[in-house]
Amino acid sequence: MSEPQQAPAVLLLEDGTVFHGKSAGMIGAATGEICFNTGMTGYQEIFTDPSYYGQLMVTTNVHIGNYGTKRTEAESYSIKIAGLICKNFNIEYHRPMADMSIQAYFEEEKLVGICEVDTRAIVRHIRSKGAMNGIISSETTDLAVLKKRLSQVPGMEGLELASRVSTKEPYTFGDPHAPLRVAVLDFGIKQNILNCFAERGCFMKVFPARTPIEELRAFEPNGYFLSNGPGDPAPMDYAIQTAKAILAEDKPLFGICLGHQLLAQALDIPTYKMHHGHRGINHPVKNLLTGHCEITTQNHGFGVHPDAIKDNADKVEVTHINLNDNSIEGMRVKGKRAFSVQYHPEASPGPHDARYLFDDFVRLMQN
Amino acid sequence: MPKDPSIQSVLIIGSGPIIIGQACEFDYSGSQASRSLREEGIRVTLINDNPATIMTDPVTADKVYLLPLTVESIVQVLEEQEIDAVLPTMGGQTALNLAIEAGKQGVWEKYNIRLIGVDLNAIELTENREAFRQHMIDIGLSVAPSRIANSFLEGKEAAQEIGFPLVIRPSYTLGGTGGGFVHREEQFDAALRRGLSMSPTHEVLVEKAVLGWKEFELELLRDSKDNVVIICTVENLDPMGIHTGDSITVAPAMTLSDTAYQQMRDEAILAMRSLGNFAGGCNIQFAIDPETEKLIVIEINPRVSRSSALASKATGYPIAKIAAKLAIGYSLDELKNQITKTTSAYFEPTLDYVIVKMPRWDFEKFQGSDHQLGLQMKSVGEVMAIGRTFMEALQKACQSLENNRMGLGADMKEWIRTADILERLEKPSEDRIFRVKDALRLGVPEKTIHKLTRIDPWFIRQIKTLVKMEQRLMRYNVPEDIEEGFFRELKEAGYSDAQIAWLMRVEEQEVARQRKKMGIRRTYKMVDTCAAEFEAQTPYFYSTFDKENESIPTDKKKIIVLGSGPNRIGQGIEFDYCCVHGLIAIKEAGYESIMINCNPETVSTDFDMADKLYFEPVFWEHLEEVLELEKPEGVIVQLGGQTALKLAQRLHEQGYKIIGTDFPSMDLAEDRGAFSNLLKEMDIPYPDYGVARDADEALAVARRTGYPVLVRPSYVLGGQRMRIVINDAELERHVLSIFKHLPGNRVLIDHFLERAKEAEIDAICDGDEVHIMGIMEHIEPAGIHSGDSSAVLPTYSLSVEAVNTMVEYTEKLAKALNIKGLINIQFAIKDNKVYVIEANPRASRTTPFIAKAYQVPYLNIATKVMMGTHKLKDFDIKPRPGGFAIKVPVFSFEKFPNVDKNLGPEMKSTGEAIRYIRDLSDPFFRELDRQRYMYLTR
Repeated sequence: MSEPQQAPAVLLLEDGTVFHGKSAGMIGAATGEICFNTGMTGYQEIFTDPSYYGQLMVTTNVHIGNYGTKRTEAESYSIKIAGLICKNFNIEYHRPMADMSIQAYFEEEKLVGICEVDTRAIVRHIRSKGAMNGIISSETTDLAVLKKRLSQVPGMEGLELASRVSTKEPYTFGDPHAPLRVAVLDFGIKQNILNCFAERGCFMKVFPARTPIEELRAFEPNGYFLSNGPGDPAPMDYAIQTAKAILAEDKPLFGICLGHQLLAQALDIPTYKMHHGHRGINHPVKNLLTGHCEITTQNHGFGVHPDAIKDNADKVEVTHINLNDNSIEGMRVKGKRAFSVQYHPEASPGPHDARYLFDDFVRLMQN
Repeated sequence: MPKDPSIQSVLIIGSGPIIIGQACEFDYSGSQASRSLREEGIRVTLINDNPATIMTDPVTADKVYLLPLTVESIVQVLEEQEIDAVLPTMGGQTALNLAIEAGKQGVWEKYNIRLIGVDLNAIELTENREAFRQHMIDIGLSVAPSRIANSFLEGKEAAQEIGFPLVIRPSYTLGGTGGGFVHREEQFDAALRRGLSMSPTHEVLVEKAVLGWKEFELELLRDSKDNVVIICTVENLDPMGIHTGDSITVAPAMTLSDTAYQQMRDEAILAMRSLGNFAGGCNIQFAIDPETEKLIVIEINPRVSRSSALASKATGYPIAKIAAKLAIGYSLDELKNQITKTTSAYFEPTLDYVIVKMPRWDFEKFQGSDHQLGLQMKSVGEVMAIGRTFMEALQKACQSLENNRMGLGADMKEWIRTADILERLEKPSEDRIFRVKDALRLGVPEKTIHKLTRIDPWFIRQIKTLVKMEQRLMRYNVPEDIEEGFFRELKEAGYSDAQIAWLMRVEEQEVARQRKKMGIRRTYKMVDTCAAEFEAQTPYFYSTFDKENESIPTDKKKIIVLGSGPNRIGQGIEFDYCCVHGLIAIKEAGYESIMINCNPETVSTDFDMADKLYFEPVFWEHLEEVLELEKPEGVIVQLGGQTALKLAQRLHEQGYKIIGTDFPSMDLAEDRGAFSNLLKEMDIPYPDYGVARDADEALAVARRTGYPVLVRPSYVLGGQRMRIVINDAELERHVLSIFKHLPGNRVLIDHFLERAKEAEIDAICDGDEVHIMGIMEHIEPAGIHSGDSSAVLPTYSLSVEAVNTMVEYTEKLAKALNIKGLINIQFAIKDNKVYVIEANPRASRTTPFIAKAYQVPYLNIATKVMMGTHKLKDFDIKPRPGGFAIKVPVFSFEKFPNVDKNLGPEMKSTGEAIRYIRDLSDPFFRELDRQRYMYLTR
C-alpha cells in the first residue's frame, strides 16, 4: 500500500488513454512500447531480461516487490525494461536471502514506474487495441507535455534494438577446459542461457551482435547459438547474413526467441509483428516430434509467419506449436543440424519443462 | 489420446456424511465429475449415502444409489447396473478406502470393472508413511528426518534418535487424526500411545518437527501422456505446525521467489510422475526453510482433495471436471480451457488478484474442546475471499466468516490486554490473525510477533499497514472530512463501511452515504484463469474498488439467490443443495439467476451453475452494491439458511423485494413473543416460555413455567449455548455465562417437555394451498437438537390423531404466516397432545432429505412457488414412499477427544446419512430405537 509521500504519476497511451496512479521507483518519465507479463513469480528476472529493452512492462500479478531483489537472480547486469506499471508496489519486503528492496533497486537503476493503477483494465485495453507506445511520468502530470514527448517515441516495428543491449566486447563464460565450445551471438542474451550451457559442459565465447562470421569461426566452436533479444528481427540484416553463413557451414545451430526469428529470416521466411505478443510463464507448447507438452516462458512481440513456413515445407519443419493460438513455437532446418524455438527453454523466470532443448543441442554438437 | 470408447458407464463413489476433514468439497468434485462425464455421453451411476448432496440428485447423475458406502452396497450396484469403470478419486479418502477394500475382496475383478483416474499402488505408497519417505529419498527429494514405529518401545527409540520438538503422525488416518506435536519429553508417552491407538495399522511416524518453516501446497493435473500442469500454488499464512485445513491460506504465493518456486514445481512434477501411472489430480505439500530456502516434501495426495475445490474456485480452473475427462482417456492438450473456451486446458492459470481462504471453527459447539490448533484439523468450514490486494482479500474473508466481525478488527471486538494477546499468538487458536492485529495496534514489535507466530514478516507488515491506516483515520471527525484519495485507499484495503464507522464512532449509514457521494463504488472483475490475457466467457465476478467494472448487467429480469456462507454446525451442505435447485428453477422460469456466496466448497458457486456468480461475502455492504448494480426483481433468502434469512430485514427496510414469504411474516415466525401470541390466538398449544434480560428475570420466568427449562440466547444457530436446566442454581449459572459471552443478548426460557416425542414437518405454501412434503418423527426424545436426532420419514409410532393435528397446525400456520415458499415446523408430542416448538420460514436441514426419500424435486417446486410463476396445483407431485427413510446424524468427535459427547439441545453433528428400511423389524432401526435413551453416553 502507498506511503503518504508517494508522488502522483500518470500513464498516457498513444491512443490518448490515461491512467492515474502513484510513482514507483525513481521520480521521472519513461517511454516505450507497452506490454504485459502474466507471470506470478520472477519479477526481477523479467525486469532484467534484455528482450524487454525499450518496453513499459505491466505486471498482472497484483503484488510486486514482496520478496525484494537479489543480485544473483538478475538476467543481465541491469534493469532492461523502460518502465514498470503495476498494481501494488511493495516497498516492504521479506526474504532473508534478498539484497535490497525493489524501491532501492529501482532508485539505484534509475527506473521509473507507476503503481496503484487498474492494471487489469490496461491489459484488457491492450488485448483489444493491441500493443502501442506509452509514457509514464511522475515528474510532470501535464498531459500536453507528455503527449508531445510520446509522439517522438519511435514504433517498435522496424526498430533494431539488439545492438544496443548486446555486449560491446567479446567475453568467455564457463570452464575453458569443457569438452564443447559454443559461439554465442549476443543480441541481448539472458544470463541463464549461458548457465544452462555451462552446466552441460560447454565453454562459450559471447560475441557482440555485429560480429562477422570469421571471428566466430576463429573460436573454433562445436556449435553456434543465436540469442534472444529485443526489437524487430526484420531490419537486422547483419545478423541474418551471419545466420546464413552459419547455416552454410553446417555446424549445429540453436536459436532462441529473436534467434529463432533470425533463423527464419535467414531461410527467407518472414516474421511479423503480433497484435500484443506472448509474455508470461504459463504458455502451452506442444512438441510435435514427441507429442509431449511443455509449459513455457515466453516473451515475444514478433513471430515467424505460419503461412510462410508452410510454403517453405521443403526447407523447414515445424517442431513446436502454441496450443492456445497454434502459432509457430519451434522449427528445425531440413538437412541441417539447426533448430530454434520461439520461447525460452532457459526459463528464469518460469518452468523448466523445456530444458531438454539444451541437451538436444549438446547431443548435436557431440555427434 | 482421445476418449476411450470402451468406457460407456461409470460409477462414481461419493464421500459419505460430512465429517471434519471431509466436507462438501467432495460433493463439488463429484458433481462436477459427473456432469463432465455425462457431457461425454457416458452414463453415470453414483453411490453416496449423504442425502444433502447435489451429486446424489437426479439432476447430477443418471442413476443414484443412496446406500451406505460398503462393499456390499458396491456389489449391489454392480449386480443391478452395467458398469464399465469406477472413478474413486472424487470422494476423498472414504471413496478410496472403499475402492481399495472392494479390490482386496476381488469385486472389481469379478465384475470386470476398471478403476480409472487412480493407481492403487500410488495411493498405498502415499498413505504408508515409511514407504513414502523412502520413495521420496529414492527419487532425490528431501523429507524431514523420521522413523516409523509400530510399538511403544520403537516410538521411544525414535524420539531419542530424532530429538524434540517432533511430530507423531499415525498412518492411514484422515485429516491428521491422532497426530500432534510433542515439544518436550514428558508429553511424549501420552502422545505416542494416542497415535498408535488411532492408527488402524498401529503405526506412527515419529518425525522431526520443522516448526516455523513456510508451508506451500501445489495442485497438479496429469494426463495419460504424462503431461503435468500446476493449477494453483497456495501459500499457508500459518507456517508449519498448523494443519493446512486449519490454516489461513493465500494464492498466489506471496513470499516465494521464482527460484524457490521453480524448484518446488520441478520436485512436484518429479514426485507426481514417479507415483504410478494415473491420470487425474494430485496435491503436494512442501515446507521451506525461510533462511536457506531448503525444501522438503511433506505429503502427497494422489487424488482430488480438499484443496482441489479451493484451487478450482481460486483460479477458475475446474479441476474435477478436467480430471474426470482425463480419467476416460483424454489428454490435456485435447481439451479446451473451460473458461475462455478458445485456449488450451493444458496451461497454468495465472491470477491477477489475491485469494484468502479462512477456516471457520465452531469450538463453541464442542464444550471442553482444546481450541489450540495443530496437526489435526478442527475447522468445520471455510470461506474464500477475492481482492486486488492481500489486505482487501484478508478483510473480505473476515467479513465472510459470519462471526459478527466487520473485517480484520476495528469492530469493537479487539482485545486490549497485551499479556493475553501474546499468549494467543504463541498458542494459535481460531482468532490468531485478529490477535496479530491487536498486538500491532498495541505496539508489540513485528519481530516479537514473528518470533511467536513464525508468520512471514511480509504478512505481518501488511497487517501493520492496516494499523497505520486506522491511526490516520482516527484523526478525522466525520466521514465528510476524509479526502477521496484516502477514502479510496481504505476501501481498497478491504475496510467495510461498518469498520470505518466504528473507528470514527459514527453510524455505518453516514459512512456509506459519504462513500457513495464521492462515487467510491465497488467494481467487479472477472475470475478468468488468465489475468485477462484472453477473453473469457464465464460470468464469475468479485468486487474491488479498481477503476473498470467488467460486470455489465443484462436487460433480462434477474433473481438473486443468497447462499449460506461458510459451513458450520447447524448450517451446511444442505443449503448448497437448496441453492443449486433454486438457481435451476429460476432459469427454468425464464429469469437470469445470480448467485452470491463465499463458500468455496459449494456446488452453487461453480462457474457454470448460475447465469452470473458473485463470489462475495454474504454481508450487507457487498450485497447492497450488487443489488444496486444488477437491479434484480428480487432476492431469495429462503434457500441460504439462517445466514441469508438474517439479511431479510435490511433488504426489506431498504425497499428490496424478497421473493416469497415477505419480511414481516418471516419476522413473525422468528420473533418468539409475536409467534407465541399468534399460537395463542389460534389456540395452538406451545410450551410455556418467557424472555429475560437478566438473571432475576430468568429466575422469575422459570418459577412461572416450572422446571426443567430450556435456556438459550435468542438469534443463534444450531442451538448454540442452549441448555436444559433443572433448578435455580443451574439456571443462574447458565444465564450468567450467556450474558458473559453474548452481551446485550436476551435469553429465552421454555418449559421443557420431558420425555416428549419430537416431530417435524416441511411444507410448501403458495398462499392458497399447503403441500406437506414430509412428516418426520425423531427416534430420540425431545431435548436433543433436531439436527442430532435420527429422523424417520414418515412417522412410525405417533397416533393418527397426532399426525393429523400436526398437519392441521401446519396448514393453519403456513396460511397465518402468509408463507410463500417453504416452512418447517417442529413439534413436541406429549400424552398425545401436540405442541408447536418453533417455525422456520425457510428451507430446512431436512428438505433435501425428503426430496431424496420421496424422489420429488421439492426445492424446484418451492422456488417456482416463491417466485409466483407457479402454483402448487401446477405440479403433479407424486411422492414415492416405500418403507421408511431414516436421517442418521454423524459426528466428528474423534477430532475432540476431551469433549463431552453428550447430546442435548446444542447441535454437535457435522453430517448425516440416509438409510432406507422396509419395515420396523429392520435391525438397523431396532438398534437405533433401542439406543434412543442412550444419547447421554453416545
